[in-house]
Amino acid sequence: MASQEKTKLVLLACGSFNPITNMHLRMFELARDHLEDTGRYRVVKGIISPVGDSYKKKGLIEACHRLEMARLATENSDWITVNDWESQQSEWVETARVVRHHHAELISSENINDDVDTVRCGKRRKLEQNKNICQSSSYINTQADTPHLKLLCGADVLESFGVPNLWKSEDIEEIVGQYGVACITRCGSDAEKFINQSDVLYKHRKNIHVVREWVTNEISATHVRRALRRGQSVRYLLPDPVVRYIQDHSLYSSESEQKNADVILAPLQRYTSTN
Amino acid sequence: FFHLAGLYRVVGGIVSPVGDGYGKQGLVASKHRLAMARLALQSSDWVSVDDWESRQVDWTETAVTMRYHYGRIDAQYHHSKAPPTNERPASDVPQLKLLCGADFLDTFKVPGLWRDDHVEEVVGRFGLVCVSRGSLQPDRAIHESDLLSRHRQSIFLVREWVHNEISATEIRRALRRGHSVKYLLPDSVIDYIREHNLYTQDSEMKNKDVKLRPLTKQAIQD
Repeated sequence: MASQEKTKLVLLACGSFNPITNMHLRMFELARDHLEDTGRYRVVKGIISPVGDSYKKKGLIEACHRLEMARLATENSDWITVNDWESQQSEWVETARVVRHHHAELISSENINDDVDTVRCGKRRKLEQNKNICQSSSYINTQADTPHLKLLCGADVLESFGVPNLWKSEDIEEIVGQYGVACITRCGSDAEKFINQSDVLYKHRKNIHVVREWVTNEISATHVRRALRRGQSVRYLLPDPVVRYIQDHSLYSSESEQKNADVILAPLQRYTSTN
Repeated sequence: FFHLAGLYRVVGGIVSPVGDGYGKQGLVASKHRLAMARLALQSSDWVSVDDWESRQVDWTETAVTMRYHYGRIDAQYHHSKAPPTNERPASDVPQLKLLCGADFLDTFKVPGLWRDDHVEEVVGRFGLVCVSRGSLQPDRAIHESDLLSRHRQSIFLVREWVHNEISATEIRRALRRGHSVKYLLPDSVIDYIREHNLYTQDSEMKNKDVKLRPLTKQAIQD
């Protein structure tokens, strides 16, 4: 009964995770509860995709550390995982491309599952179709069983869509139009106002799930780095294994915060030069 | 915070859960609250849980609890240390301060909740370390109270820059609704809550028609 079947969802969070904090982890839990409460979805997986070093954000430490900390942080989660594809690319990758990559991965792993069943010629034809279809951007999420992929983010990311030269407008259209966004916000009305003020976002408002965070939890990674520089405790703001890792490797100092200080953020560099 | 001020060295922290006799709505049995606190602090090397307050038959005033703990610290200190030397004067017994959130300061205003002499003792004799909470302004509460203003010197205000309003009320609400509280509480505490099925609609109704014990205990003494 198609109408009673819940759509399977995978939530993808992109970001610096510099370092990962309990707030990032809470985003996943909040989004899952919110989406499943609608009765229409079943969230089957969460993916943390730390940005590559070539993003050139100030204070961004090496991806290998950020990946390891994210792995330590999700050790005890049975559904949130860490993926290094984005950080392994030599150049900075637009979020839309990361989303596309993970969506293709989802489809191909569904196909592998199909193959395990009895092979019929129909299935073989479908495989060929899928390979071609993945390239075409008009085919998204039409297979019955493939989980849908949604971008998970904070309200600040949604609002960053408005920053000149940070996003390509066709990427924004693709992300909200073809995939969808779960946006965690303290103040629901601000997010809704922003959606209302943007034609693209308004057009796809059905695909933008605004998730209210009733327990204010502003554990920003910036604040955590500041506290660490000043020798203050960050216990209970990050998972214990992450706190230990940071201590063991002496990450986050005044030096590390100066990294990329005179460098232009990759997206700004890329999009301004093409203007 | 104190380490940074350069004036103090914090040598210990004590979590003292209130007894069941307090009568607050939604308060689950102290044995559970103690167990959860112990689980949460298992890996802490300086904060511990103490059950003296919760073991008392009737609800115990904060001042009385503080007197008990100070007596213990004082006894331990004099028992274990060598005779005073030039480097370590006899007046080196650790001070005991009450750690609280900014909302706590407002409770002094509630009629019948605190005895005046106890407020003097808790704030004046011992001292408060008050952590800001959300938009609550502790300086305003101090300003609006003559008693607190008089003891301004013994109230340390700690600004929590990370806006982190994880209240137990919200946690209980989330649990009643089957929502996740992961990353808000330690995993061991979440497991304990699950195993014992704490925090339900029923548990929240506990003490609903009961008056808070301080209000009845203090009224008798007037």
